[in-house]
Amino acid sequence: MKSVDSTIDLPALYHSMLRIRRAEEAIANRYHEQEMRCPVHLCIGEEAIASGVCANLKLSDVVFGNHRSHGHYLAKGGNLNAMIAEIYGKATGCCGGRGGSMHLIDNPAGFAGAVPIVGGTVPLAVGAGWSFKLKQKEHVSVVFFGDGCFEEGVLHEAMNFAALKKIPTIFVCENNGMSVYTPLVERQPIRSISGIAMAHGLGVYTGDGNDVVEVAHLAGEAVAKARSGEGPQFLEFKTYRWFGHVGHEFDDDLGYRPDETQQFREDRCPLKRAVQELIQKFGWSDKDFAIMEENVKAEVEAAFQFSFASPDPNPQTSGDHSYAE
Amino acid sequence: MPSSTMDNKNLKTDMRELNFGEALQEAQQQIMERDKSVMVIGEGVADPKSIFRTTEGLVEQFGPDRVTEMPLAENGMTGVCIGLAMSGFRPILVHQRIDFALLSLDQLINNAAKLHYVFNGQVTVPLVVRMLIGRGWGQGPQHAQSLQSLFAHIPGLKVVMPTTPYDAKGMLISAIEDNNPVMFIEHRWLYHLKGDVPKDLYRVPLDKANVVKKGKHITVVTYSHMTIEAIAAAQVLAEYGVEVEIIDMRTVRPIDIAPVLASVKNTGLLLVLDTGWASCGVSGEIMARTVENAFQHLKKPPKRITLPDHPAPTSRHLADEYYPDAETIVQGVLSLVDEEQKLPAQEMYERVRRTSLRDIPNPAYVGPF
Repeated sequence: MKSVDSTIDLPALYHSMLRIRRAEEAIANRYHEQEMRCPVHLCIGEEAIASGVCANLKLSDVVFGNHRSHGHYLAKGGNLNAMIAEIYGKATGCCGGRGGSMHLIDNPAGFAGAVPIVGGTVPLAVGAGWSFKLKQKEHVSVVFFGDGCFEEGVLHEAMNFAALKKIPTIFVCENNGMSVYTPLVERQPIRSISGIAMAHGLGVYTGDGNDVVEVAHLAGEAVAKARSGEGPQFLEFKTYRWFGHVGHEFDDDLGYRPDETQQFREDRCPLKRAVQELIQKFGWSDKDFAIMEENVKAEVEAAFQFSFASPDPNPQTSGDHSYAE
Repeated sequence: MPSSTMDNKNLKTDMRELNFGEALQEAQQQIMERDKSVMVIGEGVADPKSIFRTTEGLVEQFGPDRVTEMPLAENGMTGVCIGLAMSGFRPILVHQRIDFALLSLDQLINNAAKLHYVFNGQVTVPLVVRMLIGRGWGQGPQHAQSLQSLFAHIPGLKVVMPTTPYDAKGMLISAIEDNNPVMFIEHRWLYHLKGDVPKDLYRVPLDKANVVKKGKHITVVTYSHMTIEAIAAAQVLAEYGVEVEIIDMRTVRPIDIAPVLASVKNTGLLLVLDTGWASCGVSGEIMARTVENAFQHLKKPPKRITLPDHPAPTSRHLADEYYPDAETIVQGVLSLVDEEQKLPAQEMYERVRRTSLRDIPNPAYVGPF
């Protein structure tokens, strides 16, 4: 793990990752009840990227996500109750039940939207970033996407334009080496993803996406550059998706990732690594961890209870908001 | 042709003649003077040709931040414009050919049309996409398509196709001020046509058809360039005692069917004209709604005149017969109003038949265009 310096608030980063982990574990544990009736794409194992990047953002910065965005939404400060309620299709969900897990938004928190078409939000982030530049505001926009998205033309169109206009957008590639069940080597030639981003004219950073301190450091540099007018930046982080592409279970039985074992996952666990650091550098005791665990679990459980107590949306409102006034 | 008088009745302003293209330029210029959030983005919007002069002078007046050339990246740039629109701007994205917009269907259909809905009203996308139907001078199968029905199928989009310079300016202003994505489709064969246009800024609604000409014998429903052909046909038909009611739909999503139903109640006959193909097209939608709601008033099955169900050929020797025109419309009208063939049809066809070259809108056009 990268060494911690005074710019890194590791307890806050750990708290952010723990919230994501426990919220998604709760989703996974209850999913078999068949009450969350929409696809869920869990990001367990990849939490460090969302937490490490968003720790460098201000409320006025905006983040765009994708189909696997519970972590991005929560790390940017999205309302947990509204996310769980949305997955349950409740009226109190962040989209009022119109979106489900794959469409998340929390404008007051600066989470500007997640949609499930791969690459769909990338140019939106560039548009938002361009708006900041045109209004001469020092905000940045951030978009999270996977290595599969790097194959989409729209990403390259967006990077080209962002570089041309020096737009303050941070492109964050969460490279988990997998598009659904198809590995990177079957989709891209052996060459560097970040090298292509560099050729587009972006500032480029690569790092271990399972090391929250490294992510936070690199993202801090990238955000500072974008904010100071140096144009778009590209962060590529290697990481590992623990669960299947979609759903609430491990899928070791499918055999498409033959190296995978519980040990393999735990060796890469971003939380486990942070725990060691908190004990060694911050002198955290079992009690410190227990208090945080208790608070996070209570918050997550309260979100589920909020959802269970929430009304279903009225089917007569199904057509509302087809058009804006 | 008569300009719309149903809106802005109290407009006290100087009228003068502009052509369709000039009316579009003026709409953008005037609204950009009033509203700093309006931007124009497209391939060619700031170049010397300025989209057939419809963006002429804008970059000089408003600067390159607001009038922006773009990379050849239609899908990505549509997404960028949606991102701008979500962030307080009102971008106008311009495609010199509607065919180019096919590269942006993902962003238009998955994002522009859906974000307001899926985010439960928390996001709006006030985006205008100007797209030109490039018919003529051998533009061929990928530069001359009439793709309005493709867009009109999608909830969340508005699709408008004005005919007159008056409507072009008033509807473009309404489109820019609208908080929804509006597909603004311009037929290239309308660009040279002149009409009275107020000097001031005014609005024409995006959901109202316009009865262009009253008549009691048959209802002809049309829009965009086919309205011009319909008027030419109706003038000749009138001389032989056939009074055609012409309704210019002006918008294809939403469809303002009420004036059509009211007209069919009087005439009992319906002929629908389209610039596009028949299958799953706008003409079929207008006929379906009329049959659903006014079947009892129809004396005969409705008819339609559309493009043949195949791509547009390039050679003028093939294309001349591809496009329906005033003569086709006279034939269509006579087939409904004159089954006994009492009128001198051949004489009437000859009177509306074009004698000049038919691959250009009028003899003043010279290639390339």
